[in-house]
Amino acid sequence: MGIAIRIVEIAISAIPPDIEDARIERVNLKVGRLTAVVPESLRFCFNIASSDTPLASASLEIEETPIVIECGECGAETTIERPPFACSECGGGKVTVVSGRELDILSIEVADPEVEAVEGRE
Amino acid sequence: MTEIKVVRKVLDANDTVAAQNRKLFAEKGLFVINVMSSPGSGKTAVLERTLVEIGGEIPSAVIVGDICTTNDADRLARTGAPVVQINTDEFGGDCHLAAHVVAEAVSRLDLSGARLLVVENVGNLVCPAEFDIGEDIRCVVLSVTEGEDKPLKYPLMFRVCDVALLNKIDLIPHLDFDREAIIANIRAIDQGMPIFEISARTAEGFAPWLEWLKEKVKSKS
Repeated sequence: MGIAIRIVEIAISAIPPDIEDARIERVNLKVGRLTAVVPESLRFCFNIASSDTPLASASLEIEETPIVIECGECGAETTIERPPFACSECGGGKVTVVSGRELDILSIEVADPEVEAVEGRE
Repeated sequence: MTEIKVVRKVLDANDTVAAQNRKLFAEKGLFVINVMSSPGSGKTAVLERTLVEIGGEIPSAVIVGDICTTNDADRLARTGAPVVQINTDEFGGDCHLAAHVVAEAVSRLDLSGARLLVVENVGNLVCPAEFDIGEDIRCVVLSVTEGEDKPLKYPLMFRVCDVALLNKIDLIPHLDFDREAIIANIRAIDQGMPIFEISARTAEGFAPWLEWLKEKVKSKS
Protein backbone atom coordinates (compact mmCIF):
# COMPACT_ATOMS: atom_id res chain seq x y z
CA MET A 1 0.00 0.00 0.00
CA GLY A 2 2.89 2.34 0.83
CA ILE A 3 4.29 1.69 -2.64
CA ALA A 4 0.92 2.49 -4.28
CA ILE A 5 0.64 5.76 -2.32
CA ARG A 6 4.17 6.71 -3.36
CA ILE A 7 3.36 6.02 -7.03
CA VAL A 8 0.35 8.35 -6.80
CA GLU A 9 2.48 11.06 -5.14
CA ILE A 10 5.23 10.86 -7.74
CA ALA A 11 2.72 10.84 -10.62
CA ILE A 12 0.93 13.94 -9.29
CA SER A 13 4.25 15.76 -8.81
CA ALA A 14 5.14 14.97 -12.44
CA ILE A 15 2.09 16.75 -13.90
CA PRO A 16 3.33 19.86 -15.72
CA PRO A 17 2.03 22.98 -13.90
CA ASP A 18 0.73 24.51 -17.15
CA ILE A 19 -1.92 21.80 -17.59
CA GLU A 20 -5.12 22.75 -15.77
CA ASP A 21 -7.28 20.04 -14.24
CA ALA A 22 -4.97 17.41 -15.66
CA ARG A 23 -6.26 13.88 -15.66
CA ILE A 24 -3.75 11.07 -15.73
CA GLU A 25 -4.93 8.14 -17.83
CA ARG A 26 -2.02 5.80 -17.45
CA VAL A 27 1.08 5.28 -15.32
CA ASN A 28 3.84 3.24 -16.91
CA LEU A 29 5.90 1.24 -14.44
CA LYS A 30 8.86 -1.08 -14.66
CA VAL A 31 8.72 -3.76 -11.96
CA GLY A 32 11.34 -6.48 -11.57
CA ARG A 33 10.36 -10.02 -10.70
CA LEU A 34 12.62 -9.92 -7.63
CA THR A 35 10.68 -7.25 -5.76
CA ALA A 36 8.11 -7.31 -2.99
CA VAL A 37 5.50 -6.22 -5.54
CA VAL A 38 2.76 -8.51 -6.82
CA PRO A 39 1.23 -6.72 -9.84
CA GLU A 40 -2.39 -7.65 -9.03
CA SER A 41 -2.04 -6.53 -5.41
CA LEU A 42 -0.37 -3.31 -6.52
CA ARG A 43 -3.26 -2.58 -8.92
CA PHE A 44 -5.76 -3.19 -6.13
CA CYS A 45 -3.89 -0.82 -3.75
CA PHE A 46 -3.40 1.73 -6.53
CA ASN A 47 -7.14 1.90 -7.16
CA ILE A 48 -7.68 2.78 -3.51
CA ALA A 49 -4.71 5.17 -3.26
CA SER A 50 -5.66 7.03 -6.45
CA SER A 51 -9.32 7.72 -5.64
CA ASP A 52 -10.16 11.45 -5.41
CA THR A 53 -6.91 12.35 -7.20
CA PRO A 54 -6.10 13.23 -10.83
CA LEU A 55 -5.27 9.52 -11.17
CA ALA A 56 -8.72 8.26 -10.18
CA SER A 57 -9.37 6.76 -13.62
CA ALA A 58 -5.76 5.92 -14.41
CA SER A 59 -4.58 2.44 -15.22
CA LEU A 60 -1.24 0.95 -14.24
CA GLU A 61 0.80 -0.43 -17.12
CA ILE A 62 3.38 -2.76 -15.58
CA GLU A 63 6.38 -3.89 -17.59
CA GLU A 64 7.85 -6.85 -15.73
CA THR A 65 11.60 -7.40 -15.99
CA PRO A 66 13.13 -10.85 -15.52
CA ILE A 67 15.70 -11.80 -12.91
CA VAL A 68 19.16 -11.73 -14.50
CA ILE A 69 22.24 -12.77 -12.54
CA GLU A 70 25.89 -12.26 -13.40
CA CYS A 71 28.41 -14.88 -12.36
CA GLY A 72 31.34 -13.69 -10.24
CA GLU A 73 33.42 -16.63 -11.44
CA CYS A 74 33.02 -16.73 -15.22
CA GLY A 75 31.09 -13.50 -15.92
CA ALA A 76 28.21 -15.20 -17.74
CA GLU A 77 24.71 -13.77 -17.45
CA THR A 78 21.79 -16.06 -16.73
CA THR A 79 18.08 -15.27 -16.80
CA ILE A 80 16.37 -17.27 -14.07
CA GLU A 81 12.68 -18.07 -13.64
CA ARG A 82 13.10 -19.62 -10.20
CA PRO A 83 15.85 -20.60 -7.75
CA PRO A 84 18.61 -21.62 -7.62
CA PHE A 85 20.54 -18.40 -8.06
CA ALA A 86 23.35 -20.15 -9.86
CA CYS A 87 25.27 -19.60 -13.09
CA SER A 88 23.96 -21.63 -16.04
CA GLU A 89 27.46 -21.82 -17.55
CA CYS A 90 29.74 -22.88 -14.70
CA GLY A 91 27.23 -23.63 -11.93
CA GLY A 92 28.85 -21.04 -9.64
CA GLY A 93 26.79 -19.52 -6.87
CA LYS A 94 28.76 -16.29 -6.39
CA VAL A 95 26.32 -14.24 -8.41
CA THR A 96 25.11 -10.66 -8.50
CA VAL A 97 21.56 -9.74 -9.43
CA VAL A 98 21.89 -7.32 -12.37
CA SER A 99 18.20 -7.09 -13.26
CA GLY A 100 14.93 -7.90 -11.56
CA ARG A 101 15.07 -5.40 -8.67
CA GLU A 102 13.56 -2.50 -10.65
CA LEU A 103 10.66 -0.55 -9.18
CA ASP A 104 10.54 2.55 -11.36
CA ILE A 105 7.95 4.97 -12.71
CA LEU A 106 8.83 5.40 -16.39
CA SER A 107 6.17 7.90 -17.47
CA ILE A 108 2.66 9.19 -17.01
CA GLU A 109 0.12 9.74 -19.76
CA VAL A 110 -2.03 12.82 -19.34
CA ALA A 111 -5.40 13.18 -21.08
CA ASP A 112 -5.38 15.83 -23.77
CA PRO A 113 -7.67 18.68 -22.59
CA GLU A 114 -8.63 19.81 -26.15
CA VAL A 115 -9.88 16.36 -27.11
CA GLU A 116 -11.96 16.22 -23.98
CA ALA A 117 -13.50 19.62 -24.73
CA VAL A 118 -14.56 18.35 -28.17
CA GLU A 119 -16.00 15.22 -26.64
CA GLY A 120 -17.84 17.36 -24.13
CA ARG A 121 -19.69 19.23 -26.90
CA GLU A 122 -20.87 16.09 -28.60
CA MET B 1 -2.92 11.81 -24.70
CA THR B 2 0.48 13.26 -23.80
CA GLU B 3 3.17 11.02 -22.41
CA ILE B 4 5.42 12.69 -19.85
CA LYS B 5 8.69 11.03 -18.98
CA VAL B 6 9.26 10.56 -15.26
CA VAL B 7 11.90 7.82 -14.79
CA ARG B 8 12.13 7.77 -11.01
CA LYS B 9 12.54 5.01 -8.51
CA VAL B 10 9.28 4.59 -6.63
CA LEU B 11 11.21 4.28 -3.36
CA ASP B 12 13.68 7.11 -4.04
CA ALA B 13 12.44 9.12 -1.04
CA ASN B 14 13.02 6.13 1.24
CA ASP B 15 16.46 5.54 -0.26
CA THR B 16 17.40 9.18 0.38
CA VAL B 17 16.43 8.97 4.06
CA ALA B 18 18.16 5.58 4.35
CA ALA B 19 21.37 7.18 3.05
CA GLN B 20 21.02 9.95 5.67
CA ASN B 21 20.53 7.31 8.37
CA ARG B 22 23.60 5.42 7.14
CA LYS B 23 25.69 8.61 7.31
CA LEU B 24 24.47 9.34 10.84
CA PHE B 25 25.22 5.77 11.97
CA ALA B 26 28.72 6.02 10.46
CA GLU B 27 29.38 9.30 12.30
CA LYS B 28 28.33 7.68 15.57
CA GLY B 29 30.39 4.53 14.88
CA LEU B 30 27.18 2.57 15.29
CA PHE B 31 26.74 -0.84 13.67
CA VAL B 32 23.13 -1.43 12.65
CA ILE B 33 21.46 -4.79 12.08
CA ASN B 34 17.97 -5.08 10.59
CA VAL B 35 16.33 -8.26 11.86
CA MET B 36 13.45 -9.63 9.80
CA SER B 37 11.27 -12.74 9.86
CA SER B 38 7.71 -13.97 9.69
CA PRO B 39 5.60 -13.45 12.83
CA GLY B 40 6.31 -16.06 15.48
CA SER B 41 9.80 -17.12 14.38
CA GLY B 42 11.20 -16.11 17.75
CA LYS B 43 12.88 -12.85 16.70
CA THR B 44 12.30 -11.19 20.04
CA ALA B 45 13.52 -14.23 22.00
CA VAL B 46 16.65 -14.40 19.81
CA LEU B 47 17.32 -10.71 20.42
CA GLU B 48 16.68 -10.98 24.17
CA ARG B 49 19.33 -13.66 24.50
CA THR B 50 21.71 -11.94 22.06
CA LEU B 51 21.53 -8.64 23.96
CA VAL B 52 21.98 -10.29 27.36
CA GLU B 53 24.98 -12.26 26.11
CA ILE B 54 26.86 -9.45 24.34
CA GLY B 55 25.55 -6.43 26.28
CA GLY B 56 28.48 -6.45 28.71
CA GLU B 57 30.98 -6.27 25.88
CA ILE B 58 29.07 -4.28 23.27
CA PRO B 59 26.68 -1.56 24.49
CA SER B 60 23.53 -1.86 22.43
CA ALA B 61 20.24 -0.15 21.73
CA VAL B 62 17.06 -1.45 20.16
CA ILE B 63 14.27 -0.23 17.90
CA VAL B 64 11.26 -2.53 17.77
CA GLY B 65 8.64 -2.34 15.06
CA ASP B 66 5.16 -3.74 15.45
CA ILE B 67 1.80 -2.74 14.10
CA CYS B 68 0.35 -2.68 17.63
CA THR B 69 1.39 -3.17 21.28
CA THR B 70 4.60 -2.50 23.20
CA ASN B 71 4.95 -6.14 24.32
CA ASP B 72 8.25 -6.73 22.52
CA ALA B 73 9.75 -3.46 23.75
CA ASP B 74 8.80 -4.38 27.31
CA ARG B 75 10.55 -7.73 26.92
CA LEU B 76 13.68 -6.26 25.34
CA ALA B 77 13.91 -3.42 27.89
CA ARG B 78 14.52 -6.08 30.55
CA THR B 79 17.89 -6.79 28.86
CA GLY B 80 19.00 -3.33 30.04
CA ALA B 81 19.40 -1.90 26.53
CA PRO B 82 17.58 1.35 25.72
CA VAL B 83 14.52 0.49 23.62
CA VAL B 84 12.17 2.50 21.43
CA GLN B 85 8.96 0.92 20.21
CA ILE B 86 7.51 1.94 16.87
CA ASN B 87 3.85 1.16 16.32
CA THR B 88 3.26 1.49 12.62
CA ASP B 89 -0.48 1.95 13.07
CA GLU B 90 0.45 5.60 13.70
CA PHE B 91 2.02 5.49 10.22
CA GLY B 92 -0.95 3.85 8.51
CA GLY B 93 -0.42 0.33 9.86
CA ASP B 94 2.56 -0.36 7.62
CA CYS B 95 3.76 -3.95 7.48
CA HIS B 96 7.41 -2.86 7.44
CA LEU B 97 9.71 -0.17 8.86
CA ALA B 98 10.54 2.60 6.41
CA ALA B 99 13.70 4.70 6.70
CA HIS B 100 11.93 7.85 7.94
CA VAL B 101 10.21 5.86 10.69
CA VAL B 102 13.58 4.54 11.85
CA ALA B 103 15.06 8.07 11.69
CA GLU B 104 12.29 9.33 13.95
CA ALA B 105 12.86 6.47 16.41
CA VAL B 106 16.62 7.10 16.43
CA SER B 107 15.96 10.70 17.46
CA ARG B 108 14.11 9.39 20.55
CA LEU B 109 16.82 6.90 21.50
CA ASP B 110 19.74 7.45 23.87
CA LEU B 111 22.62 6.21 21.73
CA SER B 112 25.43 7.59 23.87
CA GLY B 113 28.07 4.89 24.11
CA ALA B 114 26.08 2.43 22.01
CA ARG B 115 28.01 0.52 19.36
CA LEU B 116 25.26 -1.77 18.14
CA LEU B 117 21.75 -0.77 17.11
CA VAL B 118 19.36 -3.67 16.62
CA VAL B 119 16.24 -2.96 14.59
CA GLU B 120 13.56 -5.61 15.01
CA ASN B 121 11.40 -5.17 11.94
CA VAL B 122 7.68 -5.89 11.68
CA GLY B 123 7.03 -9.64 11.34
CA ASN B 124 6.67 -10.13 7.58
CA LEU B 125 8.84 -11.89 4.99
CA VAL B 126 7.77 -9.69 2.07
CA CYS B 127 7.72 -5.90 2.35
CA PRO B 128 10.57 -5.29 4.86
CA ALA B 129 12.94 -6.74 2.25
CA GLU B 130 12.16 -3.83 -0.06
CA PHE B 131 12.87 -0.97 2.36
CA ASP B 132 16.45 0.09 3.05
CA ILE B 133 16.66 1.69 6.52
CA GLY B 134 20.38 2.51 6.44
CA GLU B 135 21.47 -0.73 8.14
CA ASP B 136 24.89 -2.39 7.83
CA ILE B 137 23.57 -5.93 7.66
CA ARG B 138 20.24 -7.65 7.29
CA CYS B 139 19.42 -10.78 9.23
CA VAL B 140 16.56 -13.19 8.58
CA VAL B 141 15.30 -15.44 11.37
CA LEU B 142 13.58 -18.63 10.25
CA SER B 143 12.24 -21.17 12.73
CA VAL B 144 12.24 -24.91 12.13
CA THR B 145 8.45 -25.02 12.59
CA GLU B 146 7.83 -22.83 9.53
CA GLY B 147 8.41 -25.29 6.71
CA GLU B 148 11.52 -26.01 4.69
CA ASP B 149 10.32 -24.19 1.57
CA LYS B 150 10.12 -20.69 3.09
CA PRO B 151 13.34 -19.52 1.34
CA LEU B 152 11.91 -20.57 -2.03
CA LYS B 153 8.59 -18.86 -1.32
CA TYR B 154 10.26 -15.59 -0.23
CA PRO B 155 13.43 -15.44 -2.36
CA LEU B 156 13.76 -11.66 -2.13
CA MET B 157 14.04 -11.75 1.65
CA PHE B 158 16.70 -14.45 1.60
CA ARG B 159 18.51 -12.72 -1.27
CA VAL B 160 18.78 -9.32 0.44
CA CYS B 161 19.84 -10.74 3.82
CA ASP B 162 23.47 -11.23 4.85
CA VAL B 163 22.95 -13.88 7.51
CA ALA B 164 20.26 -16.43 8.40
CA LEU B 165 19.40 -17.68 11.89
CA LEU B 166 17.61 -21.02 11.99
CA ASN B 167 15.81 -20.84 15.34
CA LYS B 168 13.96 -23.29 17.64
CA ILE B 169 16.29 -26.21 16.89
CA ASP B 170 15.42 -27.60 20.34
CA LEU B 171 12.03 -28.55 18.83
CA ILE B 172 13.50 -30.70 16.04
CA PRO B 173 13.00 -34.04 17.91
CA HIS B 174 9.24 -33.33 17.90
CA LEU B 175 8.97 -32.39 14.22
CA ASP B 176 9.17 -33.96 10.79
CA PHE B 177 11.91 -31.52 9.96
CA ASP B 178 14.26 -31.96 7.01
CA ARG B 179 17.41 -30.08 7.94
CA GLU B 180 19.20 -30.84 4.67
CA ALA B 181 16.25 -29.48 2.67
CA ILE B 182 16.02 -26.16 4.50
CA ILE B 183 19.78 -25.58 4.25
CA ALA B 184 19.68 -26.48 0.53
CA ASN B 185 16.77 -24.07 -0.01
CA ILE B 186 18.64 -21.21 1.65
CA ARG B 187 21.72 -22.10 -0.41
CA ALA B 188 19.60 -22.06 -3.60
CA ILE B 189 18.88 -18.38 -2.95
CA ASP B 190 22.31 -17.40 -1.62
CA GLN B 191 25.11 -19.92 -1.77
CA GLY B 192 27.46 -18.05 0.54
CA MET B 193 25.11 -16.83 3.27
CA PRO B 194 26.25 -17.75 6.80
CA ILE B 195 23.61 -19.89 8.55
CA PHE B 196 23.58 -20.29 12.34
CA GLU B 197 21.41 -23.03 13.83
CA ILE B 198 20.27 -21.83 17.24
CA SER B 199 17.73 -22.16 20.00
CA ALA B 200 16.82 -18.94 21.80
CA ARG B 201 15.18 -21.09 24.49
CA THR B 202 18.13 -23.34 25.37
CA ALA B 203 21.01 -21.17 24.02
CA GLU B 204 22.21 -24.08 21.88
CA GLY B 205 24.30 -22.85 18.96
CA PHE B 206 24.47 -19.26 20.21
CA ALA B 207 28.24 -19.02 20.68
CA PRO B 208 29.21 -19.00 16.97
CA TRP B 209 26.41 -16.54 16.13
CA LEU B 210 27.51 -14.15 18.88
CA GLU B 211 31.16 -14.41 17.79
CA TRP B 212 30.18 -13.64 14.19
CA LEU B 213 28.08 -10.62 15.26
CA LYS B 214 30.81 -9.26 17.56
CA GLU B 215 33.36 -9.48 14.75
CA LYS B 216 31.02 -7.55 12.45
CA VAL B 217 30.42 -4.82 15.05
CA LYS B 218 34.14 -4.48 15.77
CA SER B 219 35.03 -4.37 12.08
CA LYS B 220 33.03 -1.15 11.71
CA SER B 221 34.60 0.85 14.51
